[in-house]
Amino acid sequence: MPPGLFSGFMLDTWVEASVMAVVAGTVGFFVVLRGSTFAAHAIPQGAFAGAAGAALIGADTLVGVGVFSLLGVLAIARWGRTGRHDVVVALSLVTLLGIGSLFLSMSTEYAEQTFSLLFGEPLAVSSADLLPTAVLGAACVILVAVLYRALLLSSVAPELAAAKGIRPERIELWFLLAVGAVTIMALPVVGALLVFSLMIGPPAAARFFTDHPGRAMAVSGGLALLTVWAAIVASFWSNWPIGFFVGTAAVVWYAVGRAMAVLTTRRSPRRRVPFGVAGGEDLSVTGALSA
Amino acid sequence: MSLLHAVFPPGIFSSGPVQAAAVVGAVVALVCGPVGVFTVIRGQSFAGHAFADITATGGSAAFLLGVSPLVGFVTLGLAGAGAMEVLGADRRRDRDVATGVVLGAGLGLSALLLYLSTTTETTTGAAVTVLFGSIFAVSSASLPLVIGFGALALFLVGLVYRPLLLSSINPELAAAQGTRLRLVGITYTVALALSVALSALTIGAILSTALLIGPAAAGLRLARSPGRAAAWATGIGVGVTWAGIVLAYDSYTWPPAQQGWPVSFFVVSLVLLVYVLAQLAGRSGHRASSPTPGTDISARTGGTNLGPQGG
Repeated sequence: MPPGLFSGFMLDTWVEASVMAVVAGTVGFFVVLRGSTFAAHAIPQGAFAGAAGAALIGADTLVGVGVFSLLGVLAIARWGRTGRHDVVVALSLVTLLGIGSLFLSMSTEYAEQTFSLLFGEPLAVSSADLLPTAVLGAACVILVAVLYRALLLSSVAPELAAAKGIRPERIELWFLLAVGAVTIMALPVVGALLVFSLMIGPPAAARFFTDHPGRAMAVSGGLALLTVWAAIVASFWSNWPIGFFVGTAAVVWYAVGRAMAVLTTRRSPRRRVPFGVAGGEDLSVTGALSA
Repeated sequence: MSLLHAVFPPGIFSSGPVQAAAVVGAVVALVCGPVGVFTVIRGQSFAGHAFADITATGGSAAFLLGVSPLVGFVTLGLAGAGAMEVLGADRRRDRDVATGVVLGAGLGLSALLLYLSTTTETTTGAAVTVLFGSIFAVSSASLPLVIGFGALALFLVGLVYRPLLLSSINPELAAAQGTRLRLVGITYTVALALSVALSALTIGAILSTALLIGPAAAGLRLARSPGRAAAWATGIGVGVTWAGIVLAYDSYTWPPAQQGWPVSFFVVSLVLLVYVLAQLAGRSGHRASSPTPGTDISARTGGTNLGPQGG
């Protein structure tokens, strides 16, 4: 253990990063289940433009990130359903970044901060961030708990969800708001470009460990926590950007998931397919729902 | 006359950077038109954007490390294309996760390379330049390279045009007719990687994604055949790029600092404007012929009629 890893100012980082990681892994479970990887990538990257804007007018970075991730969320939720979804996500992203490039061209003192906002800086966390993180984290957990069944059903069986009176556009909006909240918590720590890695790597592995959606969500949160802890230690020790470790960890988790899938399929005579893979998900998850 | 002078200030057409930017922008838009139409039909905007992010950061990190950016972006682009095709399952959801994992790995690696090169050479702000790029920084020496790789990408798309179209719209039918879906998919992904990597390196990642997706989506809305949609997309792409360059040149006299607004901002705004206009035009034009409210499902399953998608 390098000295200073658990010293006073690092404690804020540990607390805030741990809360953020668990929430990111939990929300990430639905990112993978709903096939919203692009949106989960676009919202944080677009929110980077908000950080640039906040620096320009001298506001708090988190406020800028919050406003721009909300803009991204609303644009994707509003127009993503009427047009081609990926086109709307792409255009929302480039629009936000286009505005961001304007902000960057107007401010002159921003270059030093930019790298850490893009690629992460765990030491950027201060004790002032703890309260917002706790509130957002709690809000996300409550949201996921309340909407758990509706989210699951609308993700894996949209027709059945509609028949039960679940309005998909509402669910999509709440889901994207949760992604936006994760963005605000995670962007300063792991960086705008790597937030989404934390939301897809752990769940991609978790869904191969268990068939049960609730348990998979818990495993995903745990793996995300493990990822962030390991990344902070590695980054502290090597002084390399934390984003590198988070991005690499996602590859490791994904590889573990693929390997598990191959092993499970080969071992059991009756082909057991975890949800989210090769079309087997509808049965297992709706089965878990009705159970 | 004064208005004309206000829009085209004296000296704009003889400026070296403006000329180079206009030519490079036109070449990129020309390549992005046909490639972008297939990207939109196949629902691969995420892959298109991912290549832009990876190569813009990775390619320039290679440059900072002293390796030729060409080597950097071709290697990264092809490796990325290969990884996405190998990992990606047939379903869009799994493909997106695989794309995301590759993109995250690429971005993480870029972070490391940029960090290592900024600490050794103290080039602050490299990350910004790399991601946001500037079309005015294009040197005319890179022009042959841009044209060469653009032509290669177009050639690859032309080579597999018919099977690509069929497999994009109706994969089952294409498979039944003996189309080798995997081969066609890989050929197309390599063309996508080449064209995106090229444009991301010359004009930046934002503009690259904007020019790939925006004009093509607008073109598909306005035209009824993929060929015409590609023609529309190319025309729109060249138009918005040139207009953006002129506006950026004008903006050097604008507040607050009189140092010019970024081209990316203008081009992206124009792309969005054209896309919205095309949506409105498509809606009023197709209302009678397409009663089904909804999305691209009709375009994917209903033969070659790619025009109407909304209600």
